[in-house]
Amino acid sequence: MIHGTEKLIFEQGSVGRVGVDLPSAISEQELNEALPKELRRGELVGFSEISEPEMVRHYTRLSQRNVGIDDTFYPLGSCTMKYNPRMNESVAGMKGFAQLHPAMPVWETQGVFKMLWDLEQMLKEICGMDAFTLNPVAGSHGELTGLKIIRAAIRARGEKRDKVLIPTSAHGTNPASSVLAGFTPVNIEVNPDGSVCLEALKKVLDENVAAMMITNPSTLGLFEQNIKEIADMLHEKGAYLYCDGANLNALVGITRPGDMGFDVIQTNTHKTFSTPHGGGGPGSGPVGVKSELIPFLPYPRVQKIGHMNGGPDIYVPICSEHTIGRVHSYYGNFLVLLRAYVYLRTMGALGLRDVAEASVLNANYLRVSLGELGYRVPFNRLCMHECLLTDENMPKGVTTMDIAKRLIDKGFHPMTVYFPMTVHDAMLIEPTETETKETLDSFIEAMRRIEIESHLFPQTLRDAPHITPIQRVDDVDANRPKNLNMRWKQKQQQ
Amino acid sequence: MRYIPVTEKDRAEMLSKIGVKDVGELFEQIPESLRLKKPLNLPAPLSEMELMAEMEKLAKECEIATNKTSFLGGGINRHYIPAVIPALISRGEFLTAYTPYQPEASQGTLQALYEFQTYIAMLSGMDVVNASLYDGATATAEAVLMARRINTKGKVVYVSSVLHPHYREVLKTYLLDINVPVVELPFDQKTGKTIYDVEQMKEAICVVVGYPNYFGVIEDLKEARDVSTQVGALLISVTTEALSLALLKSPGEFGVDIFVGEGQSFGLPPSFGGPLLGLIATKDANVRQLPGRLIGRGHDKNGKDAYLIVIATREQHIKREKATSNICTNEALCATTAAMYLTLYGKEGLPHLAKLNAGNAYFLRKQLADISDVELSFSGANFNEFVVRTKVSGRDLLRRLAEHNIFGGIALSDDYSENQNDILVSVTEMNSVTECLEFVRVLKETL
Repeated sequence: MIHGTEKLIFEQGSVGRVGVDLPSAISEQELNEALPKELRRGELVGFSEISEPEMVRHYTRLSQRNVGIDDTFYPLGSCTMKYNPRMNESVAGMKGFAQLHPAMPVWETQGVFKMLWDLEQMLKEICGMDAFTLNPVAGSHGELTGLKIIRAAIRARGEKRDKVLIPTSAHGTNPASSVLAGFTPVNIEVNPDGSVCLEALKKVLDENVAAMMITNPSTLGLFEQNIKEIADMLHEKGAYLYCDGANLNALVGITRPGDMGFDVIQTNTHKTFSTPHGGGGPGSGPVGVKSELIPFLPYPRVQKIGHMNGGPDIYVPICSEHTIGRVHSYYGNFLVLLRAYVYLRTMGALGLRDVAEASVLNANYLRVSLGELGYRVPFNRLCMHECLLTDENMPKGVTTMDIAKRLIDKGFHPMTVYFPMTVHDAMLIEPTETETKETLDSFIEAMRRIEIESHLFPQTLRDAPHITPIQRVDDVDANRPKNLNMRWKQKQQQ
Repeated sequence: MRYIPVTEKDRAEMLSKIGVKDVGELFEQIPESLRLKKPLNLPAPLSEMELMAEMEKLAKECEIATNKTSFLGGGINRHYIPAVIPALISRGEFLTAYTPYQPEASQGTLQALYEFQTYIAMLSGMDVVNASLYDGATATAEAVLMARRINTKGKVVYVSSVLHPHYREVLKTYLLDINVPVVELPFDQKTGKTIYDVEQMKEAICVVVGYPNYFGVIEDLKEARDVSTQVGALLISVTTEALSLALLKSPGEFGVDIFVGEGQSFGLPPSFGGPLLGLIATKDANVRQLPGRLIGRGHDKNGKDAYLIVIATREQHIKREKATSNICTNEALCATTAAMYLTLYGKEGLPHLAKLNAGNAYFLRKQLADISDVELSFSGANFNEFVVRTKVSGRDLLRRLAEHNIFGGIALSDDYSENQNDILVSVTEMNSVTECLEFVRVLKETL
């Protein structure tokens, strides 16, 4: 990363500069006929006036104030920051895919329907589910879709169940999605190791429970060993078991959520299937269901309907019988799904198993190595794809946040901090399968030095990061109502 | 495998450090009965060279359609994307970064999103813009949920029937489980504009209207504002073609409470309908009810300008079931793309581009209106989309045009039963005069 601040684009350029050369537009008189003057606005006050080379430099410099997986190790727990293959980007950029319009006649776009169909078949096999919708465009969008499917199924049974059980260690999206789907989320206390407490479950499980949402492996990186029993308990009461598939990377090719008794799962292509996070999106959150929930899937789905006269197979968009309706303008994030498809065709079955194996191997290697350095490992037993530390053994006055920020100085992106909330001052580390042992070793070395610094130079940690374009941000001050500033204003407007 | 660097030697060393004998032991925490006994049944993996050849073949098949003359719009707009946009947006520092929770390592993403928010505020005339939602349709649903939080007295959502049909469908999906009734407002078959009957609009939460609407007609937002005020509702305007805002009076000028839009026009290809870019903006007073991420400008501990996520206390990772929305992953890279695109087009270029669109659409509209068996369905003013009516059904007409390699538009008949012979035609800067004249010639021939 480079130092110094970069002026806002609105503070650069000069009056009269242009960034595009365009053909001449219609005359003012014609424009008045095309679009009456009284409907039109004045000039775009404040818009930039900048040449193409200046624009290129500005955004290049901004990129140099950012860190991606292409730069360095990015061990964010529960985020699966694995390498994003450039090949996938290349395919997504092909004109035949990028320039396709969703309103083209279906016979013109058979190739992409076939791709979407094939992707659905692969996801079914990987997760052990009977059907997938590819429409949701993010993990939490998938959660909402999955919960709405459950809601519709319960309504179709003539029942009114309004509770969704959620372990306290769950992602915040779980309760938020439940509310949006019209349910009342009920927190379930977890055992100290993050596993579901069966006794607590028994107490709250009744005929008002629509579903339980479980992340498996849990957000503490441990496999939910009683999952089959939990599934049986829920099913016995007529409730569904929902899988938050955020941590699917630990399972691919090893075991399948469908076989564990999950009825619904949302996957995150931007985690498990290598599509880039893009600084916060776009993602994709395909949702898989068991056969009894297929009638409720959102519209449109892609169906293969066989072939005519021995020609190629024909694919059409279809609507499930009791569909919950549309959840997105069109088919979802097609170009993201395309990247996931290319990834799965690259990996194959054994490649995916290697993903789970290497990600779990790497996480356990970090767990043992970091534990030896004096960091507290609250659950010192085999973990899945991520390992959990806390700052408990650190000297007084040195926090999880200080460790995270100091890691930036050492050339690494921090781990996930203060999550899961059930573990005090958590540091959740997910190395993924795409890192080398050398990288892990240098990360361990950085953590070793930080541990030493925490005793000798605690202030260095508290002041970190030092080498970034800016130092620690004053979050409290920026959030004061009078200081809130969410867009640039011209001086005369201020 | 080229993405997984672990070697035999690495594995042996790491296993020994962990203290297990083989990788299988790492998975013993998974009950044996749940572990797969055989490999998944997936297509055999391909090398990059083999798979690239296959994907190129598939892309070439699809490309045939993309090379045809197209007047398709309906919320997915065809615009030219300058070469610098893909070059910059594919930089790994933007592309492969996570959500900017660590501001010191994410100033690039944060500043670009702050610039995006500023641009959309300038275009929409609103005070505060979030850092994106999924698409225009889900943004509409989020806007209505937001209106419901603000206007707690209202019970019913009034939606123009000329709002994009898919947006209405998504809205209904979102509202179904929380028992908020949606009433559709009729439209005038002459003008193509929404009709409001104030007497009938009881207990309104909000009024939702397209600007321009699905027919490409520019709705009268002043009337919509007056009606909304009279019935005690918030006014939500929805723009599916964001470029129109470079020429049209901004929703903010009319006092719209929540502005919603689809920002795909700003540098994103049609992409078979996704990724898109959901826009949402509101007045300062409503900021705490906005869904999604907000980027602010503050300073670091040395007083240097810094960008960061602000008012995160509305978001799911902090507020959980009390959050304003469940959204986490949004469309940040698409918003960054839009910032780049708007920078490049700039103060002169963007209105110029909008004029090219309005001019081309006007040209084709005039040419079509001169054909004896063709009429413009609605009298309301248009930007770059309009509806034409012929003597044959819209679907038949489109089929005939397609035989001549022209995608003439979208038939209205599926969504508007009285408009069997109507098609929605979109004309952008991508449509040359030659293409427009070819459209006219073929249309004359086929009718």
